[in-house]
Amino acid sequence: MGQSLIDLQNISKSFDGTMVLDDLNLSVKENTFVTLLGPSGCGKTTTLRIIGGFESPSKGEVIFDGQNITNLPPNKRQLNTVFQKYALFTHMSIAENIAFGLKIKNKSKIYIQDKIKYALKLVNLDGFENRSVSSLSGGQQQRIAIARAIVNEPRVLLLDEPLGALDLKLRQDMQYELIRLKNELGITFIYVTHDQEEALTMSDTIVVMNQGYIQQMGSPENIYNEPENAFVADFIGESNIVPGIMLRDELVEIFGAKFSCVDKGFGFNAPVDVVIRPEDIDLVAPENGSLEGVVTHLIFKGVHYEMEVTSPDGFEWLVHSTDLFPVGQKVGIHVDPFDIQIMNKPASEDEEAVGVNE
Amino acid sequence: MNKKLLSGPYLMWMIGFILIPLALIVFYGLTDKSGAFTLSNVLSISTEEHAKALWLSLGLSLLSTVLCLLLAYPLAMILRTRGMGQGSFIVFIFILPMWMNFLLRTLAWQTLLEKNGVINGILSTLHLPNQGLINTPGAIILGMVYNFLPFMVLPIYNVLMKIDDNVVNAARDLGANSLQVLIRILLPLSIPGIVSGITMVFVPALTTFVISNILGGSKILLIGNVIEQEFTKGSNWNLGSGLSLVLMIFILISMALIAKYDKNGEGTVL
Repeated sequence: MGQSLIDLQNISKSFDGTMVLDDLNLSVKENTFVTLLGPSGCGKTTTLRIIGGFESPSKGEVIFDGQNITNLPPNKRQLNTVFQKYALFTHMSIAENIAFGLKIKNKSKIYIQDKIKYALKLVNLDGFENRSVSSLSGGQQQRIAIARAIVNEPRVLLLDEPLGALDLKLRQDMQYELIRLKNELGITFIYVTHDQEEALTMSDTIVVMNQGYIQQMGSPENIYNEPENAFVADFIGESNIVPGIMLRDELVEIFGAKFSCVDKGFGFNAPVDVVIRPEDIDLVAPENGSLEGVVTHLIFKGVHYEMEVTSPDGFEWLVHSTDLFPVGQKVGIHVDPFDIQIMNKPASEDEEAVGVNE
Repeated sequence: MNKKLLSGPYLMWMIGFILIPLALIVFYGLTDKSGAFTLSNVLSISTEEHAKALWLSLGLSLLSTVLCLLLAYPLAMILRTRGMGQGSFIVFIFILPMWMNFLLRTLAWQTLLEKNGVINGILSTLHLPNQGLINTPGAIILGMVYNFLPFMVLPIYNVLMKIDDNVVNAARDLGANSLQVLIRILLPLSIPGIVSGITMVFVPALTTFVISNILGGSKILLIGNVIEQEFTKGSNWNLGSGLSLVLMIFILISMALIAKYDKNGEGTVL
């Protein structure tokens, strides 16, 4: 996949002495869907605003297609932004909203008309030209905001939690729309969200951020299945994070029980964190499991049952299973070797934050 | 029942202090001294003296309104870019003079502008020629702008502060430079504030007689002065009321004109 279109080099940003981004490096390849994912205050929106030109970094450079655009104002950048609360121009009709960028660029009337039609079709709102902004629902407004951005044929579309204000069903519909749009337009999307499901659904690449650092960067599968630290494991999906000791390659001890795994290179008798996803735990007869436990909670979730299994050491394992085990039943916990993910134990919280920022 | 009881005092207030006085003005304006119906009070606006005063009033108040707008808008823009705290402090400073008596503030300008006043005093110590500042249309406009500027700043500031930063960012993002953002986004979105600012400056400026009395001497008669004199010196309440009615009609017309530009009706009552 080609070379990188956007390069953030050693970007730092602080507001009133508070460090929001610390020496961040990120490169985005052309024609990919990149999601910046993290809890609020992790620096993801600031990163997006720096790319858009609405904030200037305290340190570092923004390279766009080989050019240094760090000091270029937003109106001179070849990218467009879709804002969280739509930010439509309420004193203009839908058509005028979409035409805004093109009028500024002095495009011909016919060209603008064509573009408006094309963009409205693309976002499934044909015939909305003369409607007023206030007559649209939230989802429709967001689509207009997207239409308004893409008519300018940006090379990169920046999206700042664009679905945050929509309800669940609409949000899911819009996720598919965005994937379709990205494929039809063939442009680069940089998407900011705190919703891990949204990130997993849409992205080619997910960048997990916390406290101004990139925690992990990779494909959705990679991020989900092989979280590099406890923060990523905890933030993406649900997980059981337990302390363990790596006895040797491919063997880890958890609460005194030995589990075989596929990880290597941690040395001998090294303390580690072990991540096991709730759906990867198989509940079996007590004598067949590596670890014994008692079911202490049971909730029906629709697709599966959510159970809590307490092992003798007091740890409560979160288990997702389509098989029902009633509360009070003794069970055995079994995990397949490739479902066990081993992580280095951070010495402190700070180290956890910097951990993988290389 | 409760709601009716609550609105009672306001209803009485409206009847006693708004509707009855208005009816009285209409009655006086359309009758002569003996109480017979006549239009002569209203039509007397066309006499040379009254028409001249009306046009002068319209001209001066219009000019002051424009000046207030030109001064207030950039100020409100600057305040918008400041943080909330700093912005409201500057607004506070601008409003501070309003806490002092209106008459006192105007008299202070008289002291400054007088023939032997402060400004001419400074000029003569610098061996510069004295200026005839007081009793000129310029002095009246100065008085109007000085007194009414806060009423223009406040509504514009309020409406500008309400505009979401991201709307401005979106316009910039779509390629607009600062001037285009101002003309295509900020100005159209701040029309309600501009309209109420214009209303709150133009109407009192058109009807004032205190400013023209103090800073215009007896040389410059505004329509407000004419009406005032009919009530106080001429004791011809009928003529005074008739002219007041004419002035009201002019205000209604100008409000209607302004309201046309304020589609959302946020700025005026019309």
